[in-house]
Amino acid sequence: MSNIPEELRYTETHEWIKDLGNGEYMIGLTFYAQDQMGEIVMVEFPGMQDFNSGDILGTLEAVKTAEDFYAPFDCKVVRVNGDLEDEPALINESSYEKGWLIVVKTDDPSGFTSLKSAVEYTEFIGE
Amino acid sequence: MDKKTALHDKHLKLGARMESFAGYIMPIKYTTVKEEHNAVRSGVGVFDLSHMGEFRVKGKDASKFLDYLLTNDSEVEPGKAYYSTMCYPDAGIVDDLVVYRLSEDDYLMIVNASNIEKDWAWVNNHTAGYSIDLTNESDETALVAIQGPDAEKVARKLTDEKLQDIGYYSHTSGVFAGKKALIARTGYTGEDGFEIYIRSEDAETVWDAVMEAGEEFEIKPVGLGARDTLRLEVGYLLYGNDMDYTTTPMEAKLGWVVKLKTDKEFIGREVMARQKKEKPARYIVGLEVQGNGFPRQGAELFEGNRKVGVVTSGSLAPTLGYGVCLAFVEKGFHKKDTVLEAEVRGKRIPVKTVKLPFYKDGSRK
Repeated sequence: MSNIPEELRYTETHEWIKDLGNGEYMIGLTFYAQDQMGEIVMVEFPGMQDFNSGDILGTLEAVKTAEDFYAPFDCKVVRVNGDLEDEPALINESSYEKGWLIVVKTDDPSGFTSLKSAVEYTEFIGE
Repeated sequence: MDKKTALHDKHLKLGARMESFAGYIMPIKYTTVKEEHNAVRSGVGVFDLSHMGEFRVKGKDASKFLDYLLTNDSEVEPGKAYYSTMCYPDAGIVDDLVVYRLSEDDYLMIVNASNIEKDWAWVNNHTAGYSIDLTNESDETALVAIQGPDAEKVARKLTDEKLQDIGYYSHTSGVFAGKKALIARTGYTGEDGFEIYIRSEDAETVWDAVMEAGEEFEIKPVGLGARDTLRLEVGYLLYGNDMDYTTTPMEAKLGWVVKLKTDKEFIGREVMARQKKEKPARYIVGLEVQGNGFPRQGAELFEGNRKVGVVTSGSLAPTLGYGVCLAFVEKGFHKKDTVLEAEVRGKRIPVKTVKLPFYKDGSRK
């Protein structure tokens, strides 16, 4: 049974996206994905720059595997979670709170609203 | 069906993540690999290594038999131990192991769990003409390892044996936590520590006693995940990853456990002597990652477009904070400070050969 908060939006690559207002969106890794990956030991962040939807933003290195994370829509990276540099396992321990990855900015809210809802993501991962 | 160690219930109670390893269901971690790794580097940790195999070699030809079977010299003092490889006639490695000389004619071989059956068959194939008794004591024996700079302080509370007199790679038979035990100052973490061999039925008593004695030192149970990062940081090879039957001791830079300086006959000697002279075509090396990320086992190594090697173990080194690997590279690319590129998921990341160990400040005596 996964933890999938209703107020968030989701991607097929297992990012969650939170609307922070003012065109800012927070991105993290879902509980389901961190559980599949196991203990995350290193995070590679993107630079503070523009990305197109689908671009690789960075990489998560777990003990046994590595996965990239992607831009859910056209956006600019404005903040990264510096706490993860010392404690990447926060992604495992607190995937929706302390383990957030980055904050991006966009002028176009349609990218966000077209992402999966909690119900759709739940169906997508087959739970 | 995986076997369970005598401490299986303890691991479940501690909430360990259990996974299949070498035919056993073993604790991979209890909390996080990083936390357990750090506990062993800076304090003390306790491991269940009961999956390891124990073969007893007893009898008047025990020393002679082991000299023929193994590459290292069996003539250490009783009370001492030695590390060795066991090889095929073509010098390919059957297994790597630690051997304790318990008395003049009594030895205990500690073999990798994944190799118990293979090794047992191999050892038994070579007994003809030797006056020895061989016993596979793997199932009746449990192994609890206490590792870290505070290991002696914990162990001291549980035995009357004078631990300060037991040097590195030495051992004594005595009583530990009220149970009959082989108490050895050995380990595979780069830290000081003890390996306590006991009967399986005594394992829970000993484990509980160690946890209690270690409480004031914040002892942590440590799983196989951290065991792997601990051994990799100090450049110790793991059978099945960094060496196997296609690898020779010379290639694995284990020439120091091959007794070519003696005139003793042993399996694989001829090939090893030739390889020592002619130099192997490839070597195991330590690689340090320059920058982020780290290659894992199987990642290919390049110089330009030329493939020159392959990673055999790779991880983030928790104490160092960067990626490290063991890898096989062609002769000529094995010298210190050679810069290569590792291919990781379609990207190239720069790596550099360095002298082992990666982590040099261990408390190992």
